[in-house]
Amino acid sequence: MAGFEALPIVGVTSFLLGIVIAYQGADQLKHYGANIFVVELVGYAMLREFAPLITAIIIAGRSGSAYAAQIGTMVVTEEIDALQTIGIKPIELLVLPKLVALMLALPLLTLFADLVGVTGGMLMASSQLDVGTHEFIDRFATEIPLKTLLIGLGKSLVFAAVIVIIGCYQGFRTKGNADSVGRQTTRSVVQAIFIVIVLDAVFSIIFNLMGL
Amino acid sequence: MTDIQSTPQAASYDYAIEMQQVCTRFGDKVVHEGLDLQIRRGEIFAIVGGSGSGKSTLLREMILLHTPDSGTVKVLGCDLAGISDAQASSLRQRCGVMFQKGGLFGTLTVTENIGLPLREHSELDEASINDIAAWKLSLSGLKPESAGLYPAELSGGMLKRAALARALALDPELLFLDEPTAGLDPASASGLDTLLRDLHALYQPTIVMITHDLDLLWQVTHRVAVLGEGKVLAVGTMEELAKLEHPIIRDYFDGARGRAAQQQVHSNEKRSNEKRATQENPWKPK
Repeated sequence: MAGFEALPIVGVTSFLLGIVIAYQGADQLKHYGANIFVVELVGYAMLREFAPLITAIIIAGRSGSAYAAQIGTMVVTEEIDALQTIGIKPIELLVLPKLVALMLALPLLTLFADLVGVTGGMLMASSQLDVGTHEFIDRFATEIPLKTLLIGLGKSLVFAAVIVIIGCYQGFRTKGNADSVGRQTTRSVVQAIFIVIVLDAVFSIIFNLMGL
Repeated sequence: MTDIQSTPQAASYDYAIEMQQVCTRFGDKVVHEGLDLQIRRGEIFAIVGGSGSGKSTLLREMILLHTPDSGTVKVLGCDLAGISDAQASSLRQRCGVMFQKGGLFGTLTVTENIGLPLREHSELDEASINDIAAWKLSLSGLKPESAGLYPAELSGGMLKRAALARALALDPELLFLDEPTAGLDPASASGLDTLLRDLHALYQPTIVMITHDLDLLWQVTHRVAVLGEGKVLAVGTMEELAKLEHPIIRDYFDGARGRAAQQQVHSNEKRSNEKRATQENPWKPK
């Protein structure tokens, strides 16, 4: 549900991102007459890096904050305490379903961002670099390995876990009053985005070392 | 359901709650310093004390939400130190807790809230659960119309009653109430007094409450513990406590509000006290 409602914002941002990448690259590529390489530029940049990253950042802001606020409010209204006294583990009821749901939703959203972002790049390529859509798609199919897509989706799986864990953790750390809910919610978003970006950098190093 | 029979300690305790040398610290702040407290089976017991005297923490330690730094806590004869998950779960099913803010789940209706402990811990079918929930609802004095409402749609008094109904879902031997009358108008508060008395008359659960409500203290409780300086300063009936000279205790009983409540009990309550004395005392220690 959280994923479905995020489709428009994820779509627009990744579409614009695809356009920007192609546009910025166009100038450089034209110099060397290497226009066709815009396909690799857009393909690798979107699939490996930008789609997983931008989707994770948007979802950290949308859903991570919602998780922290929901759980934080439940701490304030003593619902978490009540759950425990009834004998229901809050982690099982409140965290695990979110974890499963987002680990499904975030890769799907990332896949959507991949599609829309590459489309944006493709439109830019045909208008600025005289690389037709047929040509673009043909080259995309031969030059961009499936591995690239899977690496991006794999990263989004980890990002999903990070967003859920940080959002819920900060929610549970809420103390006593409504003020605290706001503070923990802000903290969850800032931390989740920060960790997602740091992890993305770590992944780059690891994949580089592994030769992927 | 509550599996009272299968719990070996069930028959072998005199005190519903037994706390010995309990010490609790939060960082540098010492909340309890060698606190001892015994609550008898079947009595209505209240814990009072100023803000920050550690009442809520003490309650949280009794309901397994907080572990003291040292000391022993026994609830219904079961030592909470090193308790297994299964034991904790069966102990929790024998206790009902009514939280200060209700703690009702916002995404569930009143009936679903009351039915949740049953759904979680019994094999009953949906229809029976709803029947029991409706009965507990009426027991708590709520009208059947409120059954389908969500907690956000309830008034303060209704919220407290709904929370009480949920705490009663599993017919607990031990009932905890955190400020049951806080934030209620006088009419609702006195309604709750009556409700608690009736409830106790119905099946004699042990009731442990935190309260500042002098009417409730004078009219409903059997014994009261005054918390201060990290310890229990005094335990006794309200009449006994009212005679003590300790400054913290005096703060409680002096002043116009305290006197008014005391006078009220002498005019209103004589009759019910006499009645209580003539019956066999169900909350007397063995």
